[in-house]
Amino acid sequence: MAQVKERYVGQSVKRKEDAELITGQGRYTEDISIPGMLWMSVVRSPFANARIRSVDLSKARVMDGVVAAFSGKDLAGDWAAPMLMAWPVTEDIKNPPHWPLTQDIARYQGDGVAVVVAESRAAAADAAEAVEVDYEPLDPAVDMEAAIADGAPLVHEDIGTNKSYTWTLTNGDPDKVFADAPVVVKERYVIQRQIPNAIEPRAVLVQPSPAQGEFTMWSATQIPHIVRVAMTITTGIPESKLRIIAPKVGGGFGSKLQVYPEEALCLALAKRLGRAVKWVETRSENYLATHHGRDQIQEIEFAADEDGKIRGYRCRILTNMGAYLMIITPGTPLLGAFLYCGPYGGEAYHVEFTGVFTNTTPTDAYRGAGRPEATYAVERTMDALARRVGKDPVEIRRINFIPPFTEPTPSPGGLTLDSGNYAATLDRALELAGYEDLRKEQRARREQGTVKQIGIGFSTYLEMCGLAPSRVLSALRYAAGGWDAATVRLLPTGKVVVIVGTTPHGQSHVTTFAQIVADDLGVPVDDVEVLYGDTQLAPLGMDTYGSRSLAVGGVAVHRAAQKVVAKVRKIAAHELEVAEEDLEYEGGRFAVKGAPDRAKTVGELGFSAWTAHNLPDGLEPGVEETAVYDAQNFVFPYGAHICAVEVDTETGKVDVLKYVAVDDVGTIINPQVVDGQVVGGVVQGIAEALYEQAVYDENGQLLTSSMTNYEIPAAPDVPEIAVGRSETPSTTNELGVKGVGETGTIASPPAVVNAVIDALSPLGVTDIGRPMSPERVWRTIRDAKEGGAR
Amino acid sequence: MLRHISLTVNGTRHDADVEPRQLLVYFIRETLGLTGTNVGCDTSTCGACTVLIDGRSVKSCTMLAVQADGRDITTIEGMARNGDLHPIQRAFHENHGLQCGYCTPGMIMAAASLIEENPQLSEESVRMGLEGNLCRCTGYQNIVKAILAAAEEIRSSARVSSR
Repeated sequence: MAQVKERYVGQSVKRKEDAELITGQGRYTEDISIPGMLWMSVVRSPFANARIRSVDLSKARVMDGVVAAFSGKDLAGDWAAPMLMAWPVTEDIKNPPHWPLTQDIARYQGDGVAVVVAESRAAAADAAEAVEVDYEPLDPAVDMEAAIADGAPLVHEDIGTNKSYTWTLTNGDPDKVFADAPVVVKERYVIQRQIPNAIEPRAVLVQPSPAQGEFTMWSATQIPHIVRVAMTITTGIPESKLRIIAPKVGGGFGSKLQVYPEEALCLALAKRLGRAVKWVETRSENYLATHHGRDQIQEIEFAADEDGKIRGYRCRILTNMGAYLMIITPGTPLLGAFLYCGPYGGEAYHVEFTGVFTNTTPTDAYRGAGRPEATYAVERTMDALARRVGKDPVEIRRINFIPPFTEPTPSPGGLTLDSGNYAATLDRALELAGYEDLRKEQRARREQGTVKQIGIGFSTYLEMCGLAPSRVLSALRYAAGGWDAATVRLLPTGKVVVIVGTTPHGQSHVTTFAQIVADDLGVPVDDVEVLYGDTQLAPLGMDTYGSRSLAVGGVAVHRAAQKVVAKVRKIAAHELEVAEEDLEYEGGRFAVKGAPDRAKTVGELGFSAWTAHNLPDGLEPGVEETAVYDAQNFVFPYGAHICAVEVDTETGKVDVLKYVAVDDVGTIINPQVVDGQVVGGVVQGIAEALYEQAVYDENGQLLTSSMTNYEIPAAPDVPEIAVGRSETPSTTNELGVKGVGETGTIASPPAVVNAVIDALSPLGVTDIGRPMSPERVWRTIRDAKEGGAR
Repeated sequence: MLRHISLTVNGTRHDADVEPRQLLVYFIRETLGLTGTNVGCDTSTCGACTVLIDGRSVKSCTMLAVQADGRDITTIEGMARNGDLHPIQRAFHENHGLQCGYCTPGMIMAAASLIEENPQLSEESVRMGLEGNLCRCTGYQNIVKAILAAAEEIRSSARVSSR
């Protein structure tokens, strides 16, 4: 085994996962085929709410290449239980059954009503077209506020309401704080619905082994381990007979943090037919049948002193569930429930969330999941408070930041924060942005009355990630744990295999985990292979979402490597004939204290463990160690983002002139990877502020039904992002790491919106809806001018 | 009724009988088994399926296989020569121009065509040239950087070889 002196952690090691992806050799689910496999196509409701009078499969069944076709009722007996919802956030939550195919009523446009299975993709698509469904259209509930008004059409008649749950959290005495405060600002925001748009659509392939009763599923999923448990619950197939593989996965952004009907359908059909069954989603189908994100209406209030120092926070939030509760639909908004106070102090806190059913595609996690919504409400309201008390947005934030701390510290939202120096990231961001110069330019343009006006917006966010301590999840009524696992194995020839329970889809686990292990064992990073994404390979795992892979999974990797070191230390002591305490360990080498030439490397000791010719009495041969890490707390990344925009006051077009992101994500393993995550996330958040919105008409028809009319930004639409950072180690784990996957989408939308409002503030503009399309900005300007003229 | 086509893909001639309605991308992926070319949408928006046809980038979902009769096609699998990565592939790796990798083959093929058309690329012209290729992971920044670096490398090796 080669010895290395350098440390890898903290260096921009080039990604080990790239080689196959840049040569076209990466295998995504759609790339995998099995001889004789069948193709499945799903017949979906064109109506948002419709009773299914009948499903006629006769024409489809006799078409060339068609093997079988089933309605929801035909398959009703195949299910042991409905699709799994794992987060009943209150005791009295309403969770009507969600079957893989609906049997009586289609409850959103895209709800599956039948399936066909054929010998080819084209034959399956043709046959799906030939299925005749007789629908009786019903009035849909589409708008969230209308859906909870008296007399609204019900998404699920039998529960008698469109309210799924109301969840509250109160700290301190908010009523008293608000009654006593000299200043109260109250705002209302609409967080528009987003379509996640991983560039790889979903795909599922199931291969049965009928004689053994075993099934292997390849799925474009973020969560193979959770899918396995959920599939056992829904199909009744024993977990021990199910193997789930997430091969290369082309992006997720939360949309593949889901257990989908098509996974259950492929499994059930493979079982019925005894043949492999494959399904690949089209993009238009993805827009209807893959969950959406966000979609809230927020009312938020701050109580403050006359100088703008905040005393309390109060919010009421309506959050759109869509037509069914999927895996963590009701819990997703609650991931932000503790953050409606940002990184700021105060003595009272109250939030109330009401989950609302509508006849729309179900919502669930989308990059940031609950935390972008919270950050948006808080950062917009900070600016409203600044305006109210006559302070600069920088000053209002400074006087409210929780002061710097390196020991766990409580927040108004009830969290125990790990470490933070909020003002430091703001200072750094101001410096990088050239804040004074931007203000100077802004003043000049205002004086000249130029068409293109400049605005500067801030977002000094705090987030929580590293989902999640299992005991906290229990308190929040989530059905599973939040630990993760890793195994580190020494091979006899000196190479190292690491098997992890987290599963990447772009996050660079293979490189960053190899860096951690290479340092721990003192081996070249290229000698470390990281394997993932297979329930048979990694029996223990909780998968990848919520910026957890490093903060939870990475700590497990480190602990497993430390266990390896502890085991081979025994062999080193035995071979070198000294006590374990008389050994010094550094860079993969155990040396006798005071006699540095008497030494053994981890690689040599791994070989000794394999031959087992001369091991200490009672020590098992081989070196393979597993660690399961369950964090005691979340981790809390934070930072300061500054956005400078140029608004064309004649056309309403917004251009981002400058965007600075200074994030503190704790100890950094790979700076290039971290910057990549930040920039990608910021751009996704800028898109949320400027471009993207899922739009339904009053009949529940999705108008933004394909990539041609849902505005995902391309390269010319987005700016260069300037990235800075500080590095304050987390106190939650021994690596000092936090998470970085979601900071960008959490932080950036309010920075952009605040900037546009700042640009238009001389017109008296204090609010604007999202996304800030040229039309919307133009109308805002026109209304402000007309209002001013009146 | 099948139609006969004959075309060259990555330097190899292929003869095949295809369904007239088969898209070129599915001919490449499913008939030839070259699965590096990905499909990300059904509206010719995302560009994941971009290949070179007679040296120019084309979204292979916008063409039928029968329309490619007689043409010379390069896919991502044809970019590395004799085990050496193409400078664009190398630049994507060096500059962290990919995360999940799904849009990457299309990006690399689009970049090859861009550099071929205009070796003096600016940041702006790269961004404009990539308008038809969507990436959801990177925010494009490192993709732009990678393409500019590759263009520079290709320019300087052209200078060396012309001496």
